[in-house]
Amino acid sequence: MSALDTRPTGASNGGSRSAAEVRLEDLRRIYGSTTALDGLTLTIEAGELIALLGPSGCGKTTALRLIAGLEDADGGRVVVGSRDVTNLPASRRDAGMVFQAYSLFPHMTAQENVAFGLRMRKVGLGERRQRAGEMLELVGLSTQADRYAHQLSGGQQQRVALARALAIRPSILLLDEPLSALDARVRSQLRDEIRRVQREVGITTLFVTHDQEEALAIADRVGVMRAGRLEQLGPPTDIYARPATPFVAEFVGLTNRLSGTVKDGSVDVRGIRLPLIAADTPDGPAVALVRPEAVSLAVATEGSNGPLSGTVIAVSFLGAVTRLTVDLGDTTVLVQIPTAEAAAHPGGTRVRVALRQDPVLITREDGLGRP
Amino acid sequence: MTAVAVSEAAYVSRPLRGRLRVSTAWLGAAPFLLYTGLFLFLPTVLVAVGAFSGPHGPTLANLARLSQPYVVSAFLNSLVLSAVSASVGAVVGSVLAYAVATGSPDGILRRLVTAFCGVLSQFGGVTLAFAFIATIGTEGFIVIWLQQHGIRFYPNGVWLFSLTGLTLIYTYFEIPLMVIVFMPALDGIRPQWREATETLGGGTWHYWRHVAGPLLMPAFLGAWLLLFANAFSAYATAAALLDIGGVIVPLQISRALSSEVGLDQANFAAALALGMVVIVAIITVLYARLQRRSARWLPR
Repeated sequence: MSALDTRPTGASNGGSRSAAEVRLEDLRRIYGSTTALDGLTLTIEAGELIALLGPSGCGKTTALRLIAGLEDADGGRVVVGSRDVTNLPASRRDAGMVFQAYSLFPHMTAQENVAFGLRMRKVGLGERRQRAGEMLELVGLSTQADRYAHQLSGGQQQRVALARALAIRPSILLLDEPLSALDARVRSQLRDEIRRVQREVGITTLFVTHDQEEALAIADRVGVMRAGRLEQLGPPTDIYARPATPFVAEFVGLTNRLSGTVKDGSVDVRGIRLPLIAADTPDGPAVALVRPEAVSLAVATEGSNGPLSGTVIAVSFLGAVTRLTVDLGDTTVLVQIPTAEAAAHPGGTRVRVALRQDPVLITREDGLGRP
Repeated sequence: MTAVAVSEAAYVSRPLRGRLRVSTAWLGAAPFLLYTGLFLFLPTVLVAVGAFSGPHGPTLANLARLSQPYVVSAFLNSLVLSAVSASVGAVVGSVLAYAVATGSPDGILRRLVTAFCGVLSQFGGVTLAFAFIATIGTEGFIVIWLQQHGIRFYPNGVWLFSLTGLTLIYTYFEIPLMVIVFMPALDGIRPQWREATETLGGGTWHYWRHVAGPLLMPAFLGAWLLLFANAFSAYATAAALLDIGGVIVPLQISRALSSEVGLDQANFAAALALGMVVIVAIITVLYARLQRRSARWLPR
C-alpha cells in the first residue's frame, strides 16, 4: 500500500481487530471546582485519525484518559463500536495507548515489552513471540528486539511503545503527545511513521497534541479544544483556512489582527475590502484576522504614504519562507513570503502592503478581550 | 608506566621531568580512599592478622575456638536476630514507604514521616534499650497500667530481655531505616508503567508480579542487606538490655576483650570479628549475584 493512499484498509497487518467507530457522548470530568471536560461530544469514524489540539489544561488529555479508562467520567458515555465501555476498567477497554515518554518497562527487552499485553491475555509463548516480531517489524525495529529501553533512542522507544500498543489488536489507538519528548527531526520522522503504521493497520486513532503543526500534518480531522469544549472539528485545511472562532484562528497558525468595518457581507480593512468567512455578519466595527501568508509586499515608491505603507522592522529567515514584521504606524503586521522575494525587503526599507482576497474571520474583540 | 598508557591521561596531567607525565585524576578520590583505607581496610587487616596471632606467634588456635558450641550458638543467634529483624523491617518499612510515596511529594505526611524516620533510624543504643525497659519492662508504665486494668502483659514470662525482645527492639530502628533507604526506589517507579499495564490488560496483581516487583527487587535486596548488616553489628542496645553476655557475637567480642582470663583473648575477639566479616562478605557476594540475575536490565 502506498504511503500516500489515505484510505483506511482494516486489519491488513494483523495489528487491528477491525476498525471500530468510537463515540464520545457528552463526556464530563470535574476536578474539585475545575471543569476539565465540559460535555465533549465527538465521533471518530472507523479507521480515522483525529488529532485533539489545544493549549495546556484544555481537556484533551483528560478526554483521552477517559476513553482509556484511566480516569472515571463524571457524566456522559464512551461507546466503542456497539459496546458502551464507560464503566469498564482500563484492562477491559481494549484500547492501545502510547504515552508521552518513558513508558516502556525498563526491565524487559523491546520484544518482551511488545509481547506483554499478549501475555496478559494468556496468549501462548510461540504466538506471543511471533506477533511481537511482526509488530517490531511493522515499526522497523526487528533488529532491536533484544534491547532494553536504555539501549534505545527516544524515537526507538516510542516506536516500541507503538508496537506494544498495537500488539493486542485494540479497537482504538490512543496517542498522548507521543512526540513531545523528542527533538524536532526525530519528531517529524516519527510523526510520518505513526501515520504510515496507522494507515497500514487501519486502526481508529485519537492523537492528543498541543503542537498545531503536528496535528495538521497527521490527522484526517483536527478537533481544537478550549476550556473542556470542542471549538471546531474539521479537516486540517478547514481548521486553518476557515477557522470557526477567533480562538481557533489564533491558536492554529499566526494571525494579524487588523481593525476594519463590516458592511454588506465584507470587511473594509485599511481601504481594502475582504470577503468574510461568515457572510451574515452584522455591520459595524470589527477586527479582521488575516494570515501572514495572505499579506504580500511591494517596494514603496518615492514619497508614498497611506494606511498600507510601512517600514520593515524585523526579518526572520525560516528556510523556504521568510517572516517580516512591518510597522504601519498605528499597528504592525506580520508578512510571510517566499525567501527569494524577501531579499528585496531588508530591514528598514519602506514597503507597500497588499492583502489577498481570502475570506477572513472577524472578531468584535480588540485583542485584549474587550468587545 | 608506558608512554601509551600515560597518553590517555594527558588531559589531566602536567609535565614532570621532560616527557614523563603523571596523572593527577586520582587526587579527587583521595579523601574517599584515605577514609576507607583508615576505617575499613586497615581495621579488617588488623582483625585478620590478630585472628591468626597468639602469644607465641602465628596460630590457628583462635579460629579453632570458633567451633566451640557457645560460639556457634552466638553466631546462629546473631544470624537469626539480624535476618528476622531485617526481614520484618524490610517488609513493614517498604509498605510504609509505599504508603508515603504514593501521597503528595511535598505533602505534610511525607515530610513528617521522613523526618521521624531519620531520627528513629538512628535512635539506638542504651537510650533505645532504656525506652523499651521504661515502657514494657517488668516495671514499665504500660505493663503497670495494664496490670491495674487486670491485663497481664507477660502471661508466659518476660521475654523483653531475651533474643525475642532484642528482635523487637532492633525492628524498631530497622523499619524507619528501610523507609529512608527504600523511598528513592519507590519514587523512581513511574505512574505510566502502571497505566501501561492496565491498558495492556493487566490488573494490580499483574502490575506487582511482572512490573513493579521485578523493578523494585534489586533495591529491596540491597536495603535488606543494609538492614542485616546494621543489626548484625549492633552492640550497645544488646549490651544494655541483656544481663547475660555472649548471646550474640558482638557481646562475645566484648566479653573476650574485657576478660582477664588468658592472654590471647584479644586475638580470640579478632577471630570472632573475622567471622563476622566473612559472613557479611558471603552475604554481600550472594546479594551481588542475585542482583546480577534479577537486574540484568540495569545500565552497567
